[in-house]
Amino acid sequence: MMTIAPTSAPAGLASRLGPLARELGVTTFLGAVLFLPFIGLYSENLTSGLQLVKRWEDWAWAIGAVFVGRLLLIVWREWPGRRRSTGALGAALRPVGSFLRYNMTSIGLIALVLAIAFPLTSFGNRYTIDVATTWMIYIMLGWGLNIVVGLAGLLDLGYVAFYAVGAYSYALLATEFGWSFWVCLPLAGLFAAFFGVTLGFPVLRLRGDYLAIVTLGFGEIIRVILLNWVPVTHGPNGVSAIPRPSFFGFEFSRTASDGAMTFHQLLGIDYSPLHRVIFLFYVILALAVLTNLFTQRIRRLPVGRAWEALREDEIACRSLGINPTNIKLSAFALGAMFGGFAGSFFATRQGFISPESFSFMESAVILAIVVLGGMGSQVGVVIAAFVLVVMPEIFREFEQYRMLVFGAAMVAVMVWRPGGLLAYRDPTLRLGGKKGRVAPEGDPA
Amino acid sequence: MPDPVIRPDTPLLEVEGVRTRYGMIEALRGVDLSVHAGEIVTLIGSNGAGKTTLLNTICGEPRAHSGTVRFAGQDITRLATDRIVRLGIAHSPEGRRIFSRMTVYENLQMGALIADPAHFQDDLRQVFTLFPRLEERREQRGGTLSGGEQQMLAIGRALMSRPRLLLLDEPSLGLAPLVVRQIFAAIQEINQRQGMTVFLVEQNAFHALRLAHRAYVLVNGLVTLSGPGSELLANPEIRAAYLEGGH
Ligand SMILES: Nc1ncnc2c1ncn2[C@@H]1O[C@H](COP(=O)(O)OP(=O)(O)O)[C@@H](O)[C@H]1O
Ligand SMILES: [Mg+2]
Repeated sequence: MMTIAPTSAPAGLASRLGPLARELGVTTFLGAVLFLPFIGLYSENLTSGLQLVKRWEDWAWAIGAVFVGRLLLIVWREWPGRRRSTGALGAALRPVGSFLRYNMTSIGLIALVLAIAFPLTSFGNRYTIDVATTWMIYIMLGWGLNIVVGLAGLLDLGYVAFYAVGAYSYALLATEFGWSFWVCLPLAGLFAAFFGVTLGFPVLRLRGDYLAIVTLGFGEIIRVILLNWVPVTHGPNGVSAIPRPSFFGFEFSRTASDGAMTFHQLLGIDYSPLHRVIFLFYVILALAVLTNLFTQRIRRLPVGRAWEALREDEIACRSLGINPTNIKLSAFALGAMFGGFAGSFFATRQGFISPESFSFMESAVILAIVVLGGMGSQVGVVIAAFVLVVMPEIFREFEQYRMLVFGAAMVAVMVWRPGGLLAYRDPTLRLGGKKGRVAPEGDPA
Repeated sequence: MPDPVIRPDTPLLEVEGVRTRYGMIEALRGVDLSVHAGEIVTLIGSNGAGKTTLLNTICGEPRAHSGTVRFAGQDITRLATDRIVRLGIAHSPEGRRIFSRMTVYENLQMGALIADPAHFQDDLRQVFTLFPRLEERREQRGGTLSGGEQQMLAIGRALMSRPRLLLLDEPSLGLAPLVVRQIFAAIQEINQRQGMTVFLVEQNAFHALRLAHRAYVLVNGLVTLSGPGSELLANPEIRAAYLEGGH
């Protein structure tokens, strides 16, 4: 490869200079047009009213940045000897992906042991455990949505609705009736699953994009209901003073209420507020592991197989005696159930919830975790949740750039790893080139 | 609902006056035919005659807007597809439609989804005996199989549900003549060894008619001719319409 490229590339490059220059010109022009309203003209809210500020210098800088960026991209792309090696990121991740795939069980176990040990080590302070707990919540949500999107191939843009149903059902049952977390947890899952079936039944006949729109709407409807059904949900004020979970009846507090025993008294150790944080981490870890094991298991059962088959070819499935609606409903309900579990955990951890926590952005992040991780990949979800949730947390100072990096990361993945960071199931096909990608004829659009 | 009394000469599959529409277009205009247990029955017809529509109508999607389809004496015209398939009709659809991301083995498992798991190993053995190529390629992904292998897999997958009636939609489509011969030999073997009833829909009239006990000719949604396979094969009209150029 190296020997051919230097001789052939310059000649080829010379003939392509024209198109390359045009590409550069077009990009710069587009940049100029786009940045004119975004950057060049800026409306400022002054006391005297809305004022149009013209920022020609900033505009020029932005155009310059586009020009230089495109130039660098072209040089990088056309660099002799590099042209044939497709996507450096892809090439770098491929062996990582297959290594992970073949050692999945041991890696999973090691990760689990590390996760269990982590709060007890010197790394486990309040901040790190909190961040890890958040990570775990998103892993669990990712794994739950993965059943729907990754395995069954149903694009659900309103997953947060089930999270909200779980959170509110625990919050309300606990504050209104004083039910304990451990009773409400399965109930929250059931409620969410029930909502999943209720929504799914009418809409699962819809295909791809229509389903996405309806689920998007459903997510918003749930949020709007939470916001406006004030007598029950307390509207925008949310539900506060949600009871924290106890350790099988032993509270995590300095002094026990009315004669009961607290957790630290039970173990005969000094009280530390960290106990509850650690305990919460273990709870969500257990829930996430449960989600994972369940998914691993069900994937091998007929219903799990049917999900995958359905994603590939609905007509073939029907001719094999599978009832698509029931199978899709089961995926929807199970995904919703795990969303509900995660929701009730979220409620007990925060102690306060309001509709704000369940905006569309939340659905988008969870979906991004699944897609970025590589639809259907369990490990991919862990990594993607780290990238999308933990990294922004760590780099909180760069808050302003979060969305920018987020967008750039998504674009990068779509360009280099269209199947997600760790594409599930088809590494050999992709390595083999186009041949493996043949779609079944008459693919249902 | 009490089972209707099944007389010994009741056909396994009975299609009576079936009409099927796509919107305003009537693709089947009153089709009558029957398939008896143990037979291979072929339906030949040129492209667009309505062959696929008939098989799909038997499976309930699209539904016949008039006429009846009976399976083993039971009216199945209004049943849902999955119910029909579970009664014992396996359908290898047009274009094979195997699961390209799943392995050969997983595809066969999918076929067995509605069957009693106790028979799985036996049935798998039988499919692999019929198509040794599939056993060699057990772990290969469906999408990477050759056309002929995909067709074998489609038939094998259909057999895994232990059907009483096997519906095959143009198994020779797009295959090389040598492979076509292998596929048809396998169909004959399924019929002779396992006593499987086969309803085969084909454009490739020559092979299909040689194989068939009885055959029908479908033209524009209507059955125009029927008779023993060998008889139709000798019919000059058929030869002119479907066998020109020879095989
Ligand atoms: N989904 C459909 N919608 C509308 N028309 C269809 C559809 N499928 C088939 N047809 C029409 O019905 C007729 C019969 O088609 P088909 O059963 O596929 O024929 P064959 O399988 O014999 O080639 C054709 O005229 C075809 O255009
Ligand atoms: Mg056809």
